[in-house]
Parts: sequence; C-alpha cells; structure tokens
Amino acid sequence: MSHLLEVKNLEVKFALRFGDITAINDVSFTLDKRERLGLVGESGAGKSVTGFSIINLISKPGFISKGSIWFEGNEISKYNDAQMREIRGNRIAMIFQDPMMTLNPVFTIGFQMVETLLAHRNISRAEARAIALEKLKKVHIPSPEQRLDQYPHELSGGMRQRVIIAISLLSDPAIIIADEPTTALDVTIQAEIMDLLQELCETDNMGLILITHDLGVVSQVTQKIAVMYAGKIIEFGPTDQVVHNPVHPYTIGLIGSIPGSIPPGQDLKQIPGMMPTLTDIPPGCAFNPRCELKQDICTRETPVLMEKQNGIMAACHMK
Amino acid sequence: MFAFIARRIIQAILVMLVISLVGFSIKDQIGDPVRDLVGERVTPAERAEIAEKMGLNDPFFTQYYRFVKNAVTKGDLGRSFLYNKPNLEVILHHAPATIELVFGTALIIIVISLPLGVYCALRPRTFLSRFTMSFSTLGVSMPVYLTAILLIFLFAIHWQVLPSYGRGDTIDLFGLGWWSTGLLTIDGLRHLILPCVSLSTLMLPLFIRLIRSEMMEVLETEYIKYAWAKGLSPARVWMVHAFKNTLLPVITVFGVQIGIMFAFTLLTELVFQWPGMGFMFLEAVHRADISLLIAYLVVVACLFVVVNTVVDILYGFINPTVRITGTK
Ligand SMILES: Nc1ncnc2c1ncn2[C@@H]1O[C@H](COP(=O)(O)OP(=O)(O)O)[C@@H](O)[C@H]1O
Ligand SMILES: [Mg+2]
Repeated sequence: MSHLLEVKNLEVKFALRFGDITAINDVSFTLDKRERLGLVGESGAGKSVTGFSIINLISKPGFISKGSIWFEGNEISKYNDAQMREIRGNRIAMIFQDPMMTLNPVFTIGFQMVETLLAHRNISRAEARAIALEKLKKVHIPSPEQRLDQYPHELSGGMRQRVIIAISLLSDPAIIIADEPTTALDVTIQAEIMDLLQELCETDNMGLILITHDLGVVSQVTQKIAVMYAGKIIEFGPTDQVVHNPVHPYTIGLIGSIPGSIPPGQDLKQIPGMMPTLTDIPPGCAFNPRCELKQDICTRETPVLMEKQNGIMAACHMK
Repeated sequence: MFAFIARRIIQAILVMLVISLVGFSIKDQIGDPVRDLVGERVTPAERAEIAEKMGLNDPFFTQYYRFVKNAVTKGDLGRSFLYNKPNLEVILHHAPATIELVFGTALIIIVISLPLGVYCALRPRTFLSRFTMSFSTLGVSMPVYLTAILLIFLFAIHWQVLPSYGRGDTIDLFGLGWWSTGLLTIDGLRHLILPCVSLSTLMLPLFIRLIRSEMMEVLETEYIKYAWAKGLSPARVWMVHAFKNTLLPVITVFGVQIGIMFAFTLLTELVFQWPGMGFMFLEAVHRADISLLIAYLVVVACLFVVVNTVVDILYGFINPTVRITGTK
C-alpha cells in the first residue's frame, strides 16, 4: 500500500562559500490520507527546510543532495519546474509563518486568490471569484465579499492568516504544509487558527504537516509527531505516546519545559545549553553535550532511529 | 484618495510660496526694477519718483503680496531688460525646447533602464548583466559635456548621420506663437536625438542600478516566495508580483530626478546650442538680467513642484498603503 506522501532518506545541503553544509540529514517519514503529522524542534533544527523541500522551494543556495520524495505514487523530487508548479498551491498548499509578510501588499485579497485558481484551472475570472468567496466563508471571515476588494494592510494579522488558509483551500489540496502558522500571532488568536486548521483538515479530507516549536500545539492537533534535532529526526511516533511516554532525552527535556506538563509545585526543567550550529555538530550523537545520560559511546557512534516502545522510534544509545 | 490629492496639492502650493518668497527677497536685495524699466539714462530725482510710483518704498510684505498677486492673476513675473519683453513671455518662448529635451530624455531612460534593470536582477551572473553593470559605472563617472562632445564627434562629424546644432525644423503649435515643437517633424526629431542621449547618460546608469537592486531585494521577500508556493508561473511572479513592488520606490526617485533635470539641461543646451531655458539662463547671467533670472528660478521651481506632485499622485494610485496613511 503506498502512502499519500513519502519522504525517503532526504538529505539537503546548502552550498556555502567555505563548502557544503548538511541541513537535513537522512530524514524519512510518511503521511497518509487525512493524517496529521507534527514536525517539532528548536529553531534551526531543519523543520522549514524539510517542509520547503517537499514542494522543491528550498531557498538558494540549498538543494536536495540525496533521497526522494513521493506523492500519490509519483517521485516528485524528480519533477521539472513546470510539473512542480502543478503540485504547488494546487495539490500541496503551504501556509507561511508570518501573515504580515506573506501577502503581496500591492494587490487586493481577491486578486491574489483569483490568480492562484487561474494558475491551476481553466475557469473564468467570475467563477474563480465565486470560489474565492466560498473559501473565505469557510474560514469564517466576517463580510467576506468586502474582503475580496481590500488590501492586506487593511486586515489584522489573524484575519490575514485566515485569508492565507482560504488561499490554501482554493484548489482542494491533498496536503497542507503549515510552517509555524500561529507563531507570529497573539496568543488568543493562536488557538482559533489552530482549531480552524484542524476542523478544515477533517471536513475536507486533507493531510496536514504542522511545523512548530511548540509541543503543546502539536499534541492537540496531530496524530503523529516527528521530533527534529540538528537536521535529523531523533524521535518519531504516535502523538499521545510521544507526549506521555517520550523516549529520547531531548524529547523528555522538551516536554519537561512545557508549563502544565508536570505537577504543580515542581520546577519546570529547561534543557541546558543550545543546539549546535550545522558547522560544528559534535561527533556521535548531536545531542550528547546537553544530555544527562551521556556515556562514551554517545561521543563515538551516531545512533540510528530504531523501534523502541509503544510504536515509538528513537535515535538514542541509552534507551 | 481625494483627501490625499488635495493634501499633495496644498503642499505644492506652500512650497511654491516659499520659493517665490526666496526669489522675491533676492530680487528685493540685488535687483533694480527702475533700471529694468527705463535703463540708465534718468536723473536721480526722476528715479526716486518712479520708485515711489512703483511702490518700491512700501513695506516688504506689501510688495511681496503684490508680486504674488501679479504672478498669479496676470502671470506677471516682471520684465526682462535684455529681451525688452515680459519675463514670462521670454521664458515661455524658451520652455518648449527644454521640456521636449527633458521628456525625450525621460523616455530614453524608461525604455532602456526598465528592461535592463529587470534583466540584471533576474540573471545577475550572465555576461550581459556584468557588462551592463561595469558599463554603467563608467557612465556614472563620465561628465555630460564629455559624453556630449564624444557623441557630436562620432555621429555629427565622423559619420555625419545626426545633426548636433539647434532644434531643426519646428512647428508653431496651436498657433500660440510661442509654443514651437520639434516633435512633429522628422528633422526636429533627428535634432533631439543627440542632446537627449547625452543628457540621459547622466541618470541612465543610476536607474539601471536602482531598478536592479530594488528588484533583487523584492525577489528575496516572503511574498515572492509565497507567490512561487502558490504555483504561479515565473512570468507572473516576476512581471506582476515583483515588478510592481520594484516600481514603487523607483517612481518616487524618477519624479525627483526628472524635476532636477530641468535645472541640469544647462550644459547640454550649451554644447548643442539648444535654444531652451538653460541657454536663456546662461545669457541672462552673462548680461546680469536679475529680473529674468528670478523669474527663471520661480518657473523652474514651479515645473519641479508640478512634476513631483503629479508623480506622487500617480504613486498614490499604484500603492494602496499610501491612500490610507497619506504619507510615505
Ligand atoms: N538560505 C539558507 N542559507 C544557508 N543556510 C540555511 C538557509 N536556510 C536554512 N539554512 C540552514 O538550515 C538550518 C535549518 O533551517 P530551518 O529549516 O529554517 O530551521 P527551523 O527548524 O527553525 O525551521 C538552519 O540552521 C541553517 O543553518
Ligand atoms: Mg522555520
């Protein structure tokens, strides 16, 4: 049985002046129809690069150096630019982090919605506008008709992110990749947007890859979690297992630092130290300088992702 | 939008008032309206009488008010003793030549800098881009008169394909008597080529570089990345999304530069014996016709302000954020 999306041994490098650096290292995961996957990790772990590699939009000077990406049975990592354009914004839609920066400031909302539809379908402008209106209603935007003729700066951040969600719904995609969709928003609006995304994925049968540094958000929305650290997936499994019985010391540390995850009265645990930059990843396990369980082997051998307990895979010598 | 336009026009009027005040103070200090009127051959007693009659002994602001009132209601900017005609008439007579020179130059700048600038931004590593960038450095550092002399030498003397002197055949437009245009005759157009090309070399490199760097900056933005993520074609991402955002800052600079160019035609007009306002200005300086110089200052300032206001209003139409805040 083939998966809706399959990322196999993905490796992404950036060609810098002093040589190539590896930003994504042997990352593999799958996503099935209607499934929601969370990609979690600290800033710089490689979450966004993973997301952008799926639609082949890694910023320069990045490139896929190994591995393959399969979508609906086709190897899309081999697609040329014209073939890829039929996937982007059509079968796989993306939501960016900062809604203030995502929409083009000099075009109306309607313009930016209609052009997306016209890029993928042979329909008239009026038909496209009707679909745009329908999608705006779907994301619960007040007075949607009026919004079509407004410019982005006339809308609040939360409204703009709703517009962007509406744009991603235009072509009824199979997958939405949401890269920190609520990070730039007020706390009160974050929950609304997350609820909306989850609700839409359920009603419209869409798969979701939710990228975030916030474990709390993923645990409420997704069925699977992949935890990334320094360009690798170090723990992967069903959401409730990863959240309640995490295996990797890094994941345990992440969960320990969420308020409300431990009994009141106990101190929140913060993982000491910082994630290494890609140019000085330590030998062995990349997490070893920060790890409480560190042994000799951790500085010598790189652990591989292995089946541990309750369906969790983890890359750790000590568990 | 209406409020925005109204505000810009009020600003323009205020700027004009300040400039005319400066112009008037200069005239008040160093001009001699009595000489302008009757020349040198009168006795001191007669001079004093004429001065009194002309209101030259009135308070400064009374005189300034009269100056502005005459300028606005009668188009009276004083009289040139050099031409023995009203200043405005003299300037209007020379203005079309300069205006055609400036707009011909603007056209050349737009037609060349837009495609080249955009190309250099999209394909910065190609030979043509590198060549354009190095060549434009050369253009920036080359003085106009040198370019002009080089052009005259090559096209007028060596190959003898283009005229280098004057405006050629002109046609009196609308039967006004003062608006002569060279745009409607082949000969007039041929005469425009060398002066316009040489004047454009001054700002063409600036605009190619400006458009290139603005476009490159825009191409790095999130909204362009998002346009790609929506599956739009390169033509659409570049020529619709990136282009419009590139154009906004360029338009503002363009407006200012075209305005400034009215004052920068001096050398070009001199080298090409172009009978425009710059040429007239040099003559007025030479003959110390202060009254005409002041009138020239006011008219050029007026042209500058009008061009800027028109460009700003145009900008307001293109950039939706201006209309809300009213500032930029
Ligand atoms: N344009 C780029 N040029 C060079 N390196 C980059 C670029 N974009 C990302 N990287 C590298 O990839 C790593 C992962 O980035 P990213 O996927 O954006 O992290 P995050 O998990 O915060 O989304 C960064 O730490 C950086 O070293
Ligand atoms: Mg990111």
